[in-house]
Amino acid sequence: MTCTEFLAMIDDLIDDTVTTEMRTELQEHLRTCEHCEVTLNTTRKTIQIYRSHQIYDMPAGLRDRLHNAIMARCKKGC
Amino acid sequence: MATIQSIAGENEQHPDVALVVRVRAGDVSAFDELVRKYDRQIFRIALHITQNREDAEDVMQDAFLKAYEKLDQFQGNSKFYTWLVRIAVNESLMRLRKRRTGKMVSIDEDIETDEGTVPRDLADWAPDPEQNYTQAELRRILEKTIKGLPPGFRVVFELRDVQGLSTEDTAEALGLSVPAVKSRLLRARLQLRERLSRYFHRKKSSSKIGVEK
Repeated sequence: MTCTEFLAMIDDLIDDTVTTEMRTELQEHLRTCEHCEVTLNTTRKTIQIYRSHQIYDMPAGLRDRLHNAIMARCKKGC
Repeated sequence: MATIQSIAGENEQHPDVALVVRVRAGDVSAFDELVRKYDRQIFRIALHITQNREDAEDVMQDAFLKAYEKLDQFQGNSKFYTWLVRIAVNESLMRLRKRRTGKMVSIDEDIETDEGTVPRDLADWAPDPEQNYTQAELRRILEKTIKGLPPGFRVVFELRDVQGLSTEDTAEALGLSVPAVKSRLLRARLQLRERLSRYFHRKKSSSKIGVEK
């Protein structure tokens, strides 16, 4: 397996949607390719960091203000 | 984080369906529950597309109001949240058009770029790279990094990897094909990885090494 072929399958490996045979092939490639191992691990880490440090949070005040506006308009009949 | 995925049961009735039924019967407080459940996620999606906090606030409000008005059109065969995201995405795109910024933004535009699909930065990261930054610094890095991606990539990454939607639900919410979602997700993940590498490299001769042992 080449690095290009490995990269084409990296999402399926991360999402655990590969067949047993394909997983074996991918792991075989990883044993001999440090670059792909780094890419896999750091891609996983990228996802994990974005999951655990959610960006673009709404300030609590804004949430309440918008919430009240929505409910007020809905109660009037929207 | 996993709230959406965990409530998205396959064949059993989704808890949102019961709330929708209550709203249709005139119980506004049930809609209140739906708002509080999803407002943060909708706000983030709107901000990913509009890149403007004021617009994102308006989009969030308009999307929920529209959902309330059109609740009769909601079909039980799609998930309420998927349906809501689709409204929010359309509202976000409309907001951009109103601004007439000259930059047309489209979710279904397939941006052909090799950037990030071939990893160039192959150095390993520090074991817990985020710990080298304060929470505020890290947040700035993550926001700046994802801003550099095309809008269609940002939204797919947000829905699939941050909010935990399935590929199929993401495709439905964005009006994209499943292969298009997969292609964008792969490129989004690899591009983000590449861009974050400059911040998270393992330092070869860092002054922090002395702290380790």
